[in-house]
Amino acid sequence: MNKNNDLESVVIRLAGDSGDGIQLMGSQFAVSTALAGADFATFPDYPAEIRAPVGTTFGVSAYQINLGGGPITTPGDAPEVLVAFNPAALKVSLPMLDKGALVVINNDTFTDRNLAKAGYDGDPREDGTLNDYQVVAADISHLNLEAVKEYGLSKSEGGRCKNFYALGMLLWMFDRKLGPVEEWIKQRLASSPIMRDANVKALHAGHAFGETAELSANLAQIKLPVAEMEPGEYRSITGAEALALGIAAAGELADRQVMFCSYPITPASPLLHRLAHLAELGIGTFQAEDEIAAICAAIGASYGGMIGVTSSSGPGIALKTEAMGLAVSAELPLVIVNWQRGGPSTGLPTKTEQSDLFQAVYGRNADTPIPVLSASTSGECFDMAIEATRIALRHMTPVILLADGYLSNAAEPWRIPDISSYDPIMTNPVPDTDDSAQRKAFTRDPKTHGRAWVVPGMPDLMHRIGGLEKDIESGHISYDPANHQRMTDLRTAKVASVAEFIDDQAIEHGPDSGDLVVVGWGSTYGPIYQATRKTGTSFIHLRHLHPLPRNLGDLLARFDKVLVPEMNNGQLTALLRASLCVEPIPFSKVTGQPFLIRELVDKIESLRGTSS
Amino acid sequence: MTGKLTAKDFATPQEVRWCPGCGDYAILKSVQKALADNGADPANTAFVSGIGCASRFPYYVETYGFHTIHGRAPAIATGLKLANPELDVWVVTGDGDSMSIGGNHMMHAMRRNVGLKILLFNNEIYGLTKGQYSPTSRVGTKSPSSPKGSMDTPVSPGQFAMGCGAHFFARGVDTDKAGMADVLHHAHAFVGTALIEIFQNCIVYNEDVFANFTERKNAANTQLHLKHGEPMLFGEDNGSGISFNRDTWSLEVVDAATSPDEVLVHDEGNAIVARMLIDLHLPVALGVIYRQPAVSYEDTFYGHHPSRMKRKKSVKDFIKGPNSWIVE
Repeated sequence: MNKNNDLESVVIRLAGDSGDGIQLMGSQFAVSTALAGADFATFPDYPAEIRAPVGTTFGVSAYQINLGGGPITTPGDAPEVLVAFNPAALKVSLPMLDKGALVVINNDTFTDRNLAKAGYDGDPREDGTLNDYQVVAADISHLNLEAVKEYGLSKSEGGRCKNFYALGMLLWMFDRKLGPVEEWIKQRLASSPIMRDANVKALHAGHAFGETAELSANLAQIKLPVAEMEPGEYRSITGAEALALGIAAAGELADRQVMFCSYPITPASPLLHRLAHLAELGIGTFQAEDEIAAICAAIGASYGGMIGVTSSSGPGIALKTEAMGLAVSAELPLVIVNWQRGGPSTGLPTKTEQSDLFQAVYGRNADTPIPVLSASTSGECFDMAIEATRIALRHMTPVILLADGYLSNAAEPWRIPDISSYDPIMTNPVPDTDDSAQRKAFTRDPKTHGRAWVVPGMPDLMHRIGGLEKDIESGHISYDPANHQRMTDLRTAKVASVAEFIDDQAIEHGPDSGDLVVVGWGSTYGPIYQATRKTGTSFIHLRHLHPLPRNLGDLLARFDKVLVPEMNNGQLTALLRASLCVEPIPFSKVTGQPFLIRELVDKIESLRGTSS
Repeated sequence: MTGKLTAKDFATPQEVRWCPGCGDYAILKSVQKALADNGADPANTAFVSGIGCASRFPYYVETYGFHTIHGRAPAIATGLKLANPELDVWVVTGDGDSMSIGGNHMMHAMRRNVGLKILLFNNEIYGLTKGQYSPTSRVGTKSPSSPKGSMDTPVSPGQFAMGCGAHFFARGVDTDKAGMADVLHHAHAFVGTALIEIFQNCIVYNEDVFANFTERKNAANTQLHLKHGEPMLFGEDNGSGISFNRDTWSLEVVDAATSPDEVLVHDEGNAIVARMLIDLHLPVALGVIYRQPAVSYEDTFYGHHPSRMKRKKSVKDFIKGPNSWIVE
């Protein structure tokens, strides 16, 4: 990296021990970035352990952010700036860097003991390991303690300010204002004035350290352009935040209260935490005794007339499957969010994957179809939560919304939508007939096959529902063979009818026919967007996975080859093959890490014969 | 609906499909009568059940009804009660449904004190799956899955309830109309989870398993009908009583005529005595064994909620988050 760069964008990786406050530092840097008008994407990458042993490579917590002029849709392939708080963080992150990258290290942590813990035989600062990089070695721990000395803190208390010292340095490097971070510290630490003042001091001291050139001459301010973004009001948002707001908006659009029932699981819990703060929007949060109770309580709430929502990750979703069948049979609305993570079994709880597509589309006993949607970006979680609820209420069905661990925590700028511009979410009216209550409850709209949402408490409409097969007309229990065929057909037709209400699949960019189209779904949107843009390749990204958009088959038929990159072992590939009789080329990555742009570019170029 | 309802008003036109002679018929009649007698509003009443013979119950009650999945009725009923605390929510379950596959949900419903009236039909056998031993079967129960006799120590629903922190536990016998009317009345009025264990005779797979105390000719000597504030008397002319033996720390039967001062007075708020009453073998304790008023979960839930589940604000008030910026 050159001095006094004027870059389009830059990728920064902050890495340290789980207890170093890296995630906090990263998210605050993201906010400052946003307020300065840059486009950005973040990637919090942290271990499953809460406090892994200090100084170890497996205890490294990292936060990567890509910022600049944009459009920026991924956290970036190779960090151009690395801030490593200890030798383990350096050890883990160095292989990700291209030569010439700027490496800021905290000198004070490069002790013999820490070097050994990180698995270094020698000192990477002296043995040539860092020869290909620009290195700024600063005594961050020591400088920070000096800066906060006046507050009389213990060494460990004072040491806890060092992430803000480093953040101050970073804010100077990228010419960002201290104000928003300072405000945040003051609010967050209002109840402990000494720590509040010490952290503010550390922040300013770090900034001053950069400014007064005490730092190596290598470190120069980096100017980034303001991103060209569609006019409007923006905020920084993670997938969990957007999904929580989306659920709240769905409740408002449907004029129904929301009952969110879940059991804590990584990486789904942030949604529960966010919703707990939105209670005044008519939202209840119930922490159930287990995953099954969570979905069952949500079904009970739906039965009672609220919008029942549950959320989990793959292993928890597996436990909920029997209850999903009940909601299908009873024709009750329900939204099920799956924040996918690496598996099988407990797998990689904090790492991302999109390997629950089969589970969502097929993973139940019997013929039990459920509509399946997925969110592509953090911000899009908002719209998809509304769409999932709309389908659930219109068709009276459970709906699965797939997100993933990456989206849950990744932040991006989000243009704040005007929710008064959204159509209200409608439910089916109770038929005004002389029929029995039982029959009225199971009178279905001919287009959506959704029934009226008759709930306990409504006068004169007492009826019985359940998991036993029922007569298609009267709604009473029925073991009649022909009726079971008709009910099975009805359930299939109901989910198929969702396709009649969704927009035709559009092409994100690129020609609408040709030698290659890349088809993606979920959080691979960002890297595929960049790779297809760089290579001028057509790009289709799916939000509706079951049923698929009606025109998708025709669209794909216009291309010679269909490439499907996904973070699983080829599940969308198989789904497209089975549903549309196409023969896609799978491109799988199951490392727990998002795709890199260059991996996709290489694959696209090899398929198109344009490799350089 | 207007006018006073009768038991018949709570019957559905559905054909009842239990085995002829099943104890469930008598329970159904008692519940329908109790609903009428206690002024239940059919539109504001819901029966939620799991899986098993007992769980067919909702189809036969002219209220709202939800026949769900095995063991999960308390969880579904909890969601329903939270969505609409004004409803009378009843859970109908069996010994397999509640004490085996659904034990966890029973535990948490009771410790939370959710306003559910749980009717546990205990026949000590799996009926609908054709007669396997259940979690309440006595050791040595011979069944298709335990030809040499079952090995597991049976669970006591009452002790389970007490261990979970339940606030109401009562018992009834399927065919004992008066006793059932009494416990259903008190359960209906209770704020929170009311668990009623009903000894129910499965005439096909476990006939007469409770006959030693349910047969009418012996009932007076084998059943202790508890009433709060009254002495624990039973037997012909209430000639026997229950007293506390301070040497063995247990309950025992005494002659009420010769030792009237020894006879305990039932205090349904006493958890220690309740636990001893639950374990009493002959006579078997019936009626409200334990009742300790407490705030219901739904009251706490709504009380803690900043707007009692009402929508007081719009998404617009939250959507901007702590920091937003304008792009021109």
